[in-house]
Amino acid sequence: MKTIFLLLSLLPGIALAADGKLIATPGVSQIEGAAGGGLVPWAQLAGYASRDEIAVNAFASRGTLDDYSLDVFGAQLNLYDRLELSLAEQEFHVESLNLNIRQRVLGAKMRLYGDIVYSRFPQLSMGIQYKKLHDPLVANLLGAKDDSGTDYYLAASKLHLGAVAGLNWLWNVTGRYTEANQIGLLGFGAEGAGYEWQFEASTALLLGRHVAVGVEYRHKPDNLGLQEDDWKSAFIAWVPNKTISLTAGYIDLGEIAGIDDQDGLYLSIMGNF
Amino acid sequence: MTKLKTLMAIMMLCLTACAGTEQTRLYDKLGGEAGVDKIVNNLVQNIGRDEQIFHYFAEANVKRFREHLAWHLCDISDGPCTYSGDSMQQIHDGMAITERDFNHLVDLLIDAMYQADVPHPVQNQLLARLAPLRKDIIYR
Repeated sequence: MKTIFLLLSLLPGIALAADGKLIATPGVSQIEGAAGGGLVPWAQLAGYASRDEIAVNAFASRGTLDDYSLDVFGAQLNLYDRLELSLAEQEFHVESLNLNIRQRVLGAKMRLYGDIVYSRFPQLSMGIQYKKLHDPLVANLLGAKDDSGTDYYLAASKLHLGAVAGLNWLWNVTGRYTEANQIGLLGFGAEGAGYEWQFEASTALLLGRHVAVGVEYRHKPDNLGLQEDDWKSAFIAWVPNKTISLTAGYIDLGEIAGIDDQDGLYLSIMGNF
Repeated sequence: MTKLKTLMAIMMLCLTACAGTEQTRLYDKLGGEAGVDKIVNNLVQNIGRDEQIFHYFAEANVKRFREHLAWHLCDISDGPCTYSGDSMQQIHDGMAITERDFNHLVDLLIDAMYQADVPHPVQNQLLARLAPLRKDIIYR
């Protein structure tokens, strides 16, 4: 405890609760731990840190599908709105087999250009997500090549002030270079199948300062030949202040490991400090 | 994929349609001279009570700041004024305003607009006009 106070006292001038951005504009946490929507990493870095601040954020998310569920816990460190470091622990529950597939995702995202609100052109960031399966059994049985892998992505986001009937409108597009099967939960690559570029996109409308509604789309590869589908979501986020946000959504993840029509409810809570 | 394209198309349609219906000047939506004065007065009060950024204004001539800001807002919202005071760069040179403090001022301006009963969409339209000025104001 003493050490923590000592460390904190070494940070003079740094506000402990970063608040240097407009409310709701940094987005929330996506399932692999990066700042984003629910499914897609956005160009924004997590939390309210401006170029003069550090932000620390934590989140918990749950997606409940017909035959599966996904729990994610994670945190991000935003250093001066330049570098985002993230950690996410995923637990994917397979009802039919009564087993869990756990995966860890370590992420880093760097802002290359701009500010989502203020710069003329969209904010641009690049990121990586290193994923490691703790439970590779299912991935191996299905024919995945590896139990760890790395995604690389480039994201562009822009918030247009007052653009749609006076409401703020946000869009994001992300290109991801990946060989992950079902985001890595079913391993990486397969015989004769490897890295490919995938397209992801999000758009949201801010209904006032504290509520955003939006949709997301995430294109996915099909390395295992199991009719892996693209993922879609529609969400509403409530941001009562710069410390907490709650997101609820409908997710449609299509066919997963041979079971079709996997859709359900998504809930996420995030704290920003 | 097609669903997303349709959605994008609808959004683009709405963008153009909504932009086309703009008839009244932003200045009038802000409440004209009285409205702008109200916003400026609220902002001055908010700054006066603010610990984070008051120090930038401690030496400022409040009357002059009030007048010039109202003048500038009038011009930028298509009101019947032509701002010919010092440029944003000239005013802020040497002040070394950080991004954090600038963005905090924007929060105070939003508060000032709420206090003046400016509707949310009109607030955003004014912010959209002011946003490009940030690059001339911070880190100078």
